Amino acid sequence: MLEARDLAVLAQVSAGLPLCPRPYAQIGMELGMDEAEVISRVTALKAQGLIKRLGVIVKHRPLGYRANAMVVWDVPDELIKELGMYISHFSFVNLCYQRPRQPEWPYNLYCMIHGKDRATVLAQLEQLNEACSLARYGRQILFSRRCFKQRGAVYQAMPMAVVANG
Amino acid sequence: MLTDLHKHLLNDFQRDFPLSPTPYRDIADTLGVTETDVLAALAELNEQQFISRIGAVIPPNQIGASMLVAMAVPENELQRVADQISAFPEVNHNYEREHRFNVWFVAVAATVQQLQAVIERIEQQTGYAALRLPLVDDFFIDLGFKLDLQHA
Repeated sequence: MLEARDLAVLAQVSAGLPLCPRPYAQIGMELGMDEAEVISRVTALKAQGLIKRLGVIVKHRPLGYRANAMVVWDVPDELIKELGMYISHFSFVNLCYQRPRQPEWPYNLYCMIHGKDRATVLAQLEQLNEACSLARYGRQILFSRRCFKQRGAVYQAMPMAVVANG
Repeated sequence: MLTDLHKHLLNDFQRDFPLSPTPYRDIADTLGVTETDVLAALAELNEQQFISRIGAVIPPNQIGASMLVAMAVPENELQRVADQISAFPEVNHNYEREHRFNVWFVAVAATVQQLQAVIERIEQQTGYAALRLPLVDDFFIDLGFKLDLQHA
């Protein structure tokens, strides 16, 4: 079970480190912790897998990656883990999830592909198809059009006391 | 126009950001520049909207509950429905995609019960049925994204 102090640190580091010489000390000041406690809690959260990655979070679109497709397949349940792990290794894949099939949406494997343009994304998808023998499964390709809203997730998931601190 | 320093900062520090008291100085030492150079370049990347932040990526559903939801909305209703969905503080991503199911959003809440209640409210307000697609398994190991910045 996570302590409230871990949640508070998690809220701060997921919102972003300040751009100053001692960012962890700065976060500590806001949370009433010293620098060493912040660093040791972040280190532990990373080790537990509650922080997947800590670093520069880029925006793909302004950097020239204008095409984004969500691709979904209906693959046999007994193969999904193997396929999902394999797909995840391709550098152009950004996310890879299993979700339940629904009556009007019979797909269970989801991945996200970023590319500089639509043709590149489709070529990369073809590469995946070949390498993972995915062509035999039902599939949909959903390119993104407009972004109505995008922002970090963690604050809404936090207990209110933590949000108040964050 | 991106400098070499910008490009290194964009590509080389997407993961394993230093956990020392002076991470920006550590990066500067690695790149052979000063801490001031690094802080200034990161501030520029931020201002120009090339980075969203320097921070942590949290795996889904470890803290709180989240759900991917799709809706099939006619074109003439799309903006109204999208605005209604985006107005919910529990919604953090909301995209239009090219498909009959053209609205795709992610909602998060502290508990599964709260999440279900939010999605029901969204259905009532918008008048469209939600296709509920919760996460079953996450296969992705996030190592960051190798950017080709040759022409950037």
